[in-house]
Amino acid sequence: MSVARDSLISPGKATPRISEFRRVYRVMFSRWVVIAGLVIILLCIIAAAFAPWLAPYDPIEPDMQNPLQAPSGQHLLGTDALGRDTLSRLLYGTRISLLVGVVAISIAGSIGMIAGLLAGYFGGWINAVIMRVTDAFMSLPPIVLMLAISAALGGGLQSVLISVGVVLAPTYCRLMCAQILTLRESDYVTAARVVGASNLRIMARHLFINAFPPLLVLLSINLGTAIMFEATLSFLGLGINPPTPAWGYMVNAGYRYLLVNPMLTFAPGLAIMLLVLSFNMVGDGLRDALDPRLRGTI
Amino acid sequence: MLAFIVRRLIYTLIVIILVTLIAFCLLYVLPGDPATAMLGDDATPEQVERIRKQLWLDRPLIIQYGHWMDNLLHGDLGMSITYSENATGPILRALPITAYLAVIAMCISSITGVSIGIISAVKRATFLDNILVIFANLGYATPIFWLGLMGIYVFAYHLGWFPVQGFTWPTDDLGKSISQTIMPVICLAVPSIAILARQTRSSMLEVIRQDYIRTARAKGLRERAVILKHALKNALIPVVTLLGILVRILIGGSVLVETVFNIPGLGRLLITSAIYGDFIVVQGGVLIISFITCFANLLVDISYGWLDPRIRFE
Repeated sequence: MSVARDSLISPGKATPRISEFRRVYRVMFSRWVVIAGLVIILLCIIAAAFAPWLAPYDPIEPDMQNPLQAPSGQHLLGTDALGRDTLSRLLYGTRISLLVGVVAISIAGSIGMIAGLLAGYFGGWINAVIMRVTDAFMSLPPIVLMLAISAALGGGLQSVLISVGVVLAPTYCRLMCAQILTLRESDYVTAARVVGASNLRIMARHLFINAFPPLLVLLSINLGTAIMFEATLSFLGLGINPPTPAWGYMVNAGYRYLLVNPMLTFAPGLAIMLLVLSFNMVGDGLRDALDPRLRGTI
Repeated sequence: MLAFIVRRLIYTLIVIILVTLIAFCLLYVLPGDPATAMLGDDATPEQVERIRKQLWLDRPLIIQYGHWMDNLLHGDLGMSITYSENATGPILRALPITAYLAVIAMCISSITGVSIGIISAVKRATFLDNILVIFANLGYATPIFWLGLMGIYVFAYHLGWFPVQGFTWPTDDLGKSISQTIMPVICLAVPSIAILARQTRSSMLEVIRQDYIRTARAKGLRERAVILKHALKNALIPVVTLLGILVRILIGGSVLVETVFNIPGLGRLLITSAIYGDFIVVQGGVLIISFITCFANLLVDISYGWLDPRIRFE
């Protein structure tokens, strides 16, 4: 009897929780693109953290002796119109990109998830109002909405954070709401209600936790999207104000000298592309790893 | 079906009303008084007073909104500051250019994106599939303003194949128009191609696993017929919903592409107006764009209900 029970409950030594984590981990790291993405992200984090030590020159101080230099031993990626080292500006630029990515996602995630949680949990007119407002925001192209909000707020870091956050929030709201709608009828929610748990407790302890995995995928993919949006706004001249090095603005400032020094435009654009691509790859890897339908196939 | 259409219409109307509220609020997000914020610091008191009168800024907010909506329904978006005419003028002049480019880009991306998706799904896990997937991901992650600039550098400056910038209608000069349109349209289409390819690929992979595909193969249909007749039809249903999103992406992309290629369309109008603080034009542009996307979404919803009858009863 005891032998039969043992074989039923524990086929191996690992408890189910750990094996689930291991499975996610294994699927995540089985593909080289995901690992490459993580490596690039890690390099960017290192560049952002240690920019003052890594950058060979000051990113802001003009050096009028050496404007628009081609790449050379002294300036690996050349210099811009004010003689500033492109490599140094790129390294410092990771700070803005990662900062905007993380903060804008936090803003979008908190607004969107709370709204979606409320809409999904309470249903009825609360759901109707929240979802229609979401639809209204989503009916506009993100760039147009960002541009309008950012222009109205007057540009600069703060307005970039707010506009990117507002533009991304509706997706979280929708996804969260859809998740909650399927989860709120589960037995464990009914059980929690029966033992007298408050609405807040059910939402925070039971629903939110269980609805979170797909949102995590969205968060990781949106980190790339937020970085792209910041770069777009900065390129359009409505983002980070100069002289702070931001990749989008560097492309904007560089393209006036496209014929003289194409590296000024090429390098920051490539940096944006690589970082955004990395976040997308990691997000995709995470999605595949967390998707129960793909369990066992990869 | 009729009840479904009516429901979607009412729903679209509600969304449009909410969008007008958002657009209306835009002026009040401006720091300080909307009139001074729009005119800048060097405006004379008379100019400020004129704008205040025009916007009914001395009345309660709800009355201001009512007045503004009343004007809007009469096709009056308000006086533009930089164009010294009603904002409808510059917007309606710029809109056809953007629409022209967006429609071409839409056609190109639908054909290319869906074909890439099919090939990629049919040749799953081969070298070709990997290459196509990598390109789809790259297309999604490339900043299109940068892509445009690189295109200008290579194809306009170095190879001299295309003119650097500008826009000409095909009715004015066909050859010039085509050579000026190729690069902007490709840049505009790249993200849409990437999205369509990804979606087609994954929904095609989903469909290929179904029983009716096995049946079609078992009864001896040629692979070509199985894929194009049986699988594609069903795989394209989720792709149709993307078309609404594509309209948004193309209009959004036009802001960047028109800036890079110096095309006098709606996107460039929006960005120059935003930079020069002409918020009446920005507001009008936002409204027009959201009307277009809402209408596109309505069409998508209706066609989705028509393609997949289960949707109608949700």
